[in-house]
Amino acid sequence: MMARRDNVAGRSFGSGVFGRWFPSVVLAVIVGAFAIGLRATPESEQPKYLSPGEMAISPDGGLLYVVCERANQLLVVDLRSGETKSAGTDAAQVLKRIDVGSVPRGVALSEDGERVYVTNSWDDTVSVIDTKTLQVVQTLATGAEPTGVVIDRERLTIYTANRLGNDISVIDLASGQERKRLMAGRGASYLTLSPDGKRLYCTHVYPRIASNRVGNTGSGRVPPQSEITVVDTTRQMVVDRISLENVAGVFHVAFLGDGKLGVAAQLRPKNLIPMAHVEHGWVFGNSLALFGSEFDGVAQLPLDELDRYFAMPFDVAITPDMSKLYVSMAGSGSITVISVPKLVAFSRRAPKNAANDLSASANYVVARIPVGLNPRGLRLSPDGGHLYVANRMDDNISVIDTHADEVVATIDLGGRKDYDALRRGERLFHNAQYSFQGQFSCGNCHIDATFDGLEWDLEPDGFGKDIVDNRSLEDLSGTEPFKWNGGNPNMATECGPRTEKFIYRSQSFDSKELADLVTYVLALPMRPNRFRLPGGELTPAQEHGKAIFERVAYKDGRPIPRENQCGFCHSGPKYTNTKLADVGSGKPTDRSPMIDVPHLTNVVYSPPYLHDGSARSLEEIWTVFNPKDTHGVTNDLTKDELNDLIEYLRTL
Amino acid sequence: MRPRLWLVSLCLLISVPLCAATPDMPRFRWENFTVANGLPDNHVYCVLVDGNRVWVGTENGLAVLEDGKWKVFTTADGLVHRAVLSLALDKRSGDLWVGTMGGLSRVSAGRIDSFNQLNSGLSNDVVYGVALQDEYVWTATAAGASRLNTRTGQWSLFNERNTPMYEIWTYNVTVGPDKVYYAVWGGGVLEYDLKTQGWKDYNDPDGETEIVLFKDQGLIHEITTSVSYVDKILWVATYFGDSRYDGRNWHNFLTKDSGLPSNFTNQVRAIDANRAWFSTDKGLAFYDGTNWAVYRPALDSGKPEMYVRDDQGNVTPVAVDSAPAHNYILGVDFQGDDIWVATAKGLSHGIRQK
Repeated sequence: MMARRDNVAGRSFGSGVFGRWFPSVVLAVIVGAFAIGLRATPESEQPKYLSPGEMAISPDGGLLYVVCERANQLLVVDLRSGETKSAGTDAAQVLKRIDVGSVPRGVALSEDGERVYVTNSWDDTVSVIDTKTLQVVQTLATGAEPTGVVIDRERLTIYTANRLGNDISVIDLASGQERKRLMAGRGASYLTLSPDGKRLYCTHVYPRIASNRVGNTGSGRVPPQSEITVVDTTRQMVVDRISLENVAGVFHVAFLGDGKLGVAAQLRPKNLIPMAHVEHGWVFGNSLALFGSEFDGVAQLPLDELDRYFAMPFDVAITPDMSKLYVSMAGSGSITVISVPKLVAFSRRAPKNAANDLSASANYVVARIPVGLNPRGLRLSPDGGHLYVANRMDDNISVIDTHADEVVATIDLGGRKDYDALRRGERLFHNAQYSFQGQFSCGNCHIDATFDGLEWDLEPDGFGKDIVDNRSLEDLSGTEPFKWNGGNPNMATECGPRTEKFIYRSQSFDSKELADLVTYVLALPMRPNRFRLPGGELTPAQEHGKAIFERVAYKDGRPIPRENQCGFCHSGPKYTNTKLADVGSGKPTDRSPMIDVPHLTNVVYSPPYLHDGSARSLEEIWTVFNPKDTHGVTNDLTKDELNDLIEYLRTL
Repeated sequence: MRPRLWLVSLCLLISVPLCAATPDMPRFRWENFTVANGLPDNHVYCVLVDGNRVWVGTENGLAVLEDGKWKVFTTADGLVHRAVLSLALDKRSGDLWVGTMGGLSRVSAGRIDSFNQLNSGLSNDVVYGVALQDEYVWTATAAGASRLNTRTGQWSLFNERNTPMYEIWTYNVTVGPDKVYYAVWGGGVLEYDLKTQGWKDYNDPDGETEIVLFKDQGLIHEITTSVSYVDKILWVATYFGDSRYDGRNWHNFLTKDSGLPSNFTNQVRAIDANRAWFSTDKGLAFYDGTNWAVYRPALDSGKPEMYVRDDQGNVTPVAVDSAPAHNYILGVDFQGDDIWVATAKGLSHGIRQK
């Protein structure tokens, strides 16, 4: 079994966490920042951190194409040269490092092996690479934040799942033009073709925004729901949406070779009850969704054990003989091995609520294989004999012998070996081993350092008290204090005692680790905003909205009190004055109506809104929750003026 | 001379009926659907054909007929309002856009997402008309026109502040390759040029009077209910007659000088530059560019009725044994040679006979 950090829940919490942490954390953050800024060796001369994620393998099994998100590269790894090596490491196996666009995530290989397609998620493009010359030969435009990509069997069309667009781009390869976009779900991210190529399955990292919340009471909280969007590749239309109940983030899908069974890796959060109950039961159920012609509906089954969790199931691979199923557990540094016959047999007799019975996994999980840190992409060799695992935070590939189910080699991808504070913080961020029984990491709630689209009942203040919407971690520096009630004056408090006491329920990070984590979180950049024109100028509607945002008088000429002008609270470079304010959005369940003024950068990407997520859209902030003009003056606006204001907010 | 005169008279007697032979107009066998056989409500506002599926908007939900079976969507399924006024199909994605009394819904592979004036930029919850133009969804609402860019989520509103729309009760919208047309109830017709992004209005030269002073010199009336734009010809339905506009000349249709069964027209649907279907309060009418045919239950007896009016004004009854469910017609759509008809008391399927 995998080597893992011991559970630390038994350690004393101690009463002096602030005193113990603060001076050393602050000092460490400062030293870390200096270390980053004053490094003697220029960044350009250092090997890069790579962060390998998704992979594709050539039809003959000789080459592995590895997308490296941090390096903005596609690495071509010669697997044949590695066959003679045992458990050693050899970066020389990397044949080529091909520069692609910003933050590449997905990769697909044409069936003939001649073209590789890589999504550049921050550029909204796909790089097309000729596998003979290993050169980028074309760049195709996509929707917003393309993540997953597949090419159809006929090599006529590629599809990308666009995380921010919540849609699927259908791109004609002959013309290089996007033919259409199909509505997917929220956070559309991963695509899988059915074995016959006739269906395309899209999964989503965020759940649907609940549509049945009623009124402004904050009531009506419902369990999360996601979907698997099914596209007919002949008609290029969405033909089905497989509903996943009690599910938020959904990652990769794999099919049995006969196509009768699809398996999706997913998260089942229990966000409707206080998270303080971590030690009384799971907060995130790491699980699988089984669907297909073999099933009436969807069967959900756990991957965890009763007192041990395997966080963030990400990729799924099924051997060609349909005997074994592998799941990368990105937060736990391991691969879960499942007997497919046992899984199918159990699913047929499993009760409806089997996903909540963590003992169920003993019926089909046959092994856990420790690999590197933050394992993401999986690829099987064509004969199914080897499984390749991309260890995102270790910059290497674990090679697993699927007969013995053990790591037989590790391919070093040649990334930078010394970890700076940012990288150390990033490694901590994605590591679930600090939480009680390894239940989850920061990355569970902040998927790829963003958010999870959920509202949580975080603290032990009673059921249903202080429901809070999860916030994105982009561009946080300078927006202190944190928490919706402004209770944490800085990130060290946010990530330290709070995480330890209320979330991880363990001693959590030591002072150096905490400093690294804080360094990493505060350095998380803002994703490109897609609503600004390329030159930064505003459209007429946005310009008009800006004038409304900045106005100091009602339309009838009366002055708007300064504290009720948009720009009073939402001031400064990130549109927050970092103070608390009562904007009338408090609910009876809130302990205080005073709310931390949120920063507005990229606010467009993080619905729902208000501290408790009760506004499903930007519009509802004012059409539903601002009847007395306590959240800025908006009731004298016409509908088109409000629309213009929102158009401006979308550019921030 | 007498024998020759008799012969001429005989020839005339024979030739007159030959000259006045009933024009060959489409004939249908009508099958009607009501709550008795699956509809959620008899009051059918609109109908839309999508291949083998027939979508029906009723006063009490959205229904789809597929493989002989009805499936009904209500507010419990996420439909934004029970009263479905208008339908539009995105042929590229297969998604259905549904205009209701309470907002706009999008039906996509069984999932329903809804937009209203509170949760979105939609100008008003009463959505009388909806039409698709690439990634844009145009809506006609009780408070002006709205356009949603489905790629960016941006809403653009068009009303009295940024168009010549002096009356904001937009009632219907249609999209062509180069133009978008709005029927504005009490405000004539608005035209949006997709190339120039400019607006232009067409109004009744008589103003709002219900007396036609200048027939064929412009739009027949300001109270427009429906627009149809095919082959660069604009057809307009009003409550006081109908109009056809070719870009230079107007031609208007009234009961007194056409085969229209009524001037009160709820919808016009053009087939091409010369042919169109008219949904009136006194039956369904088809115009082939020369002749007219009317299909309805007879206004007095309720018995199935069809008659044809030729270009000379000759009216010939055609023997039929079925008719649309009601003579108050609200809209039509086509399925090959067949026609589907929304009426005030049921949905009708006209199965083409010849």
